[in-house]
Amino acid sequence: MAGTLDFSPDDRYNAFITTCSTAPFSGGALAGIAVAVKDNISTAGIETTCGSRILEGYIPPYDAYVVELLRREGAAIVGKTNMDEFGMGSTTETSAFGPTKNPIDTTRVPGGSSGGSAAAVAAGLVPMALGSDTGGSIRCPAAFCGVVGLKPTYGRVSRYGLIAYASSLEQVGPMARTVEDVSRLMSVIARYDPRDATMFDRPYDHRPSADIGGLRVGIPEEYFGEGVDPRVAKKVRGAIGVIEELGASTVPVSIPGMRYALAAYYVICTAEASSNIARFDGVRYGLAVDTRKSWHEAYQDIRQEKLGPEVRRRVMLGTFALSAGYAGRYYAKALGARQKIRQDFERAFRDVDVIAGPTMPTVAFPLGERTDPVSMYLSDILTAPANLAGIPAISVPCGRVDGLPVGLQLMGRQFEEERIIDAAYAYEQGVKA
Amino acid sequence: MKTIVGLEIHVQLATATKLFCGCSTDYRDDGPNTHCCPICLGLPGSLPRLNRKAVEYGLLVAKALDMRVLEESDFARKNYFYPDLAKAYQITQSDRPLAVEGTVEIEDDEGHEKIVRITRVHLEEDPGRLVHVAGASKYSLVDYNRSGIPLLEIVTEPDMRSPQEARRFLNKLRTILEYLGVFDGEREGALRVDANISIEGSARVEVKNISSYKGVEKALTFEATRQRNLLRRGQTVARETRHFMEGRGITTSARGKEEAHDYRYFPDPDLGPIRVADRVAAIDLPELPTARKNRFMAQYGISLNHARTLTGDPRLADFYEYVAPADPILAATWAADILLGELNYRDMSIAAVPADRIRELLALLRAETITDAAGVQVLREMLDACAAGRPCEKPADIVKREGLARATGDDFVAIVQAVIASNPQAVEDYRAGKKGALNFIVGQVMKETRGRADPRELGRIVSECIEKGGV
Repeated sequence: MAGTLDFSPDDRYNAFITTCSTAPFSGGALAGIAVAVKDNISTAGIETTCGSRILEGYIPPYDAYVVELLRREGAAIVGKTNMDEFGMGSTTETSAFGPTKNPIDTTRVPGGSSGGSAAAVAAGLVPMALGSDTGGSIRCPAAFCGVVGLKPTYGRVSRYGLIAYASSLEQVGPMARTVEDVSRLMSVIARYDPRDATMFDRPYDHRPSADIGGLRVGIPEEYFGEGVDPRVAKKVRGAIGVIEELGASTVPVSIPGMRYALAAYYVICTAEASSNIARFDGVRYGLAVDTRKSWHEAYQDIRQEKLGPEVRRRVMLGTFALSAGYAGRYYAKALGARQKIRQDFERAFRDVDVIAGPTMPTVAFPLGERTDPVSMYLSDILTAPANLAGIPAISVPCGRVDGLPVGLQLMGRQFEEERIIDAAYAYEQGVKA
Repeated sequence: MKTIVGLEIHVQLATATKLFCGCSTDYRDDGPNTHCCPICLGLPGSLPRLNRKAVEYGLLVAKALDMRVLEESDFARKNYFYPDLAKAYQITQSDRPLAVEGTVEIEDDEGHEKIVRITRVHLEEDPGRLVHVAGASKYSLVDYNRSGIPLLEIVTEPDMRSPQEARRFLNKLRTILEYLGVFDGEREGALRVDANISIEGSARVEVKNISSYKGVEKALTFEATRQRNLLRRGQTVARETRHFMEGRGITTSARGKEEAHDYRYFPDPDLGPIRVADRVAAIDLPELPTARKNRFMAQYGISLNHARTLTGDPRLADFYEYVAPADPILAATWAADILLGELNYRDMSIAAVPADRIRELLALLRAETITDAAGVQVLREMLDACAAGRPCEKPADIVKREGLARATGDDFVAIVQAVIASNPQAVEDYRAGKKGALNFIVGQVMKETRGRADPRELGRIVSECIEKGGV
């Protein structure tokens, strides 16, 4: 079975940066299924911008490994989805190509940075999509748009071809309307790739099972504390109650390192970003530098002009955090805090199989509301810890507050995607029944 | 006023592929940007994958220099903007290099053995190369063929005390690297040096951009003189970076720009740590130059000077061992004193010399079939043929064709008498007791006989002829 898929969606939510009106496909596990790909994942022959002007016109000469795998299994790559510029944001508002709107309520943000992928799935334009998650960028928009999104264990999915924002934190992951589809997409993309030296040969081959009898679910107090909307907390507690009714037990756990999580996360991700984003200088891609100027002046001009304010802010923060005389005070301390959070999770996972809490502290907020960067950064508080610890985490819809979706987040031990997927699946099926 | 020198040497490792991708490292005859891929071009999303061979080569060097290999080392990013640097960072090693604390033995200026301590060795990638196009519209082009070539940076302690010592150190290091087979000295830019030099008690100056190891002595000699002159005039030496201008043989100030860099090193999150210390024990080192030199003296009974010269290049040493067996001392004299000179004159490599033919030539010399002078003629004919790409004749055939076989002195009495007859002044001088006059007459006879006779025998015949009253 092979052919082409015609794809001309009504993209009223601005979910896509690029669409492919005819998308070829072949036979395989995803034969003929339309899959949208976040625009920071390299696609041979299809423009890949990361939501940035600086990469406008850049057409990668090669496929990211996950895209190669999608094509191999027959998927039709129908377009590249909108995102916060280089993944730097939680609303998709920092995209150079305009914000994506939340299909549930178009006055609200879809979350981010994989907001385009979440909106495309929520609006029914595609059944599944790839996102990437550095500090919550799959789970946040999944929660806000009412879809399912999985951030895999660090090292389970190849990063080859994923345009780096914060290399030590991020993973490509599946997004879909159902846990089953997320699992299906995960089993296609979680394949060993020797080109990614941070990968482990731990392929994912699992069919979700709703049998969760005996599952021990940890409830961290930190996930229900200050800053979490009590109505969101209540919905999530209700969802955990459903999981208990299905045979699981709950155990209180604690992640005391959480109080350093956000600070550590923002120091590490901006430090890595300052290095990763540095190659965009106008010499090899994007608009050419003005050759009448000296090269360093031309670099400054093009980066000033073509990188958005949030990207420039994070590059400057990260440059500062790594600079001589400050690296010890910021970067080194952040690594220490990261280690502590990792240990906190390891300790907690001695007593429990999964840890449950809200994905986001609130429901989707109005477009244009969070103009202060710090209040935007605070919204990552419940998702970033899984990235710091390198553990898998899934967000599954668990009801609505004021008509807006709430996400239940389930985190698992490293390489135990199977368990959190089963728990999410059991919940999803349990609610449906 | 002691001169203090420390060196940082960048060696291109002779791996088949680049440090972090599968591109071939041998781009010598190919056009620009033909040995590139998404990884060495630093395309967005590409990731580095460490070349195992480069680590093995690094370990070989570490063991040969008697270094301690770290239990765990890692790669770091050195961040700076430059058009030839595809990712805007260089993957290198910073706080945790591959190996530390080694030694190299050299001769000091008095000929005594001394130790130069090696601080560290680490792996890193070479950046690309800028080609500046002159003309009305000046511009630069970037060639990424070199981008990602593996480099081993070797850093010494400030243990050298003169530019000459620095040169001897580099010669020794280069020889060791060649013995290990990790380095191809024929590649352009295969060995690049930054040197730190100071006069004791004064500020240290870093001289960058020395692209040949021969340039090091020149650059350091200039710099030592410049610094001494400053101090002599009561001025101070500024702590700075200077560039060596190879063509003019001088150094010029880089004007503080280089020092202003903050490279913001941090561990490269794309590469895991390297744990290879446990592999060092299993590495079999080849025989290294010092050991081979000592063995040559013991096994072949040749002089220290000959042994040192012959082991200075592993290919020359192999060549010597091939031709030595019949008469090691004769072979050493010919290889070290005669052949090397002839090769230098022709700018030829020892690799181009047919060892079998040289062995045959040595056999003719040993059997006294030809004289040394005739031997040199035969050797020159053979080397000229090789250099011109012509087939190399057997030495015996050349001897036959040219009539160079040694004749006994009696065959030359007539010639001797003719020379005596036409040089009465020299005969007079000889009779007056000037021994030099005899050599002059013998030389004339040698010329007439094209070296076929033994000069000692000729000397005897000449003096006999004169004493018999000849003329």
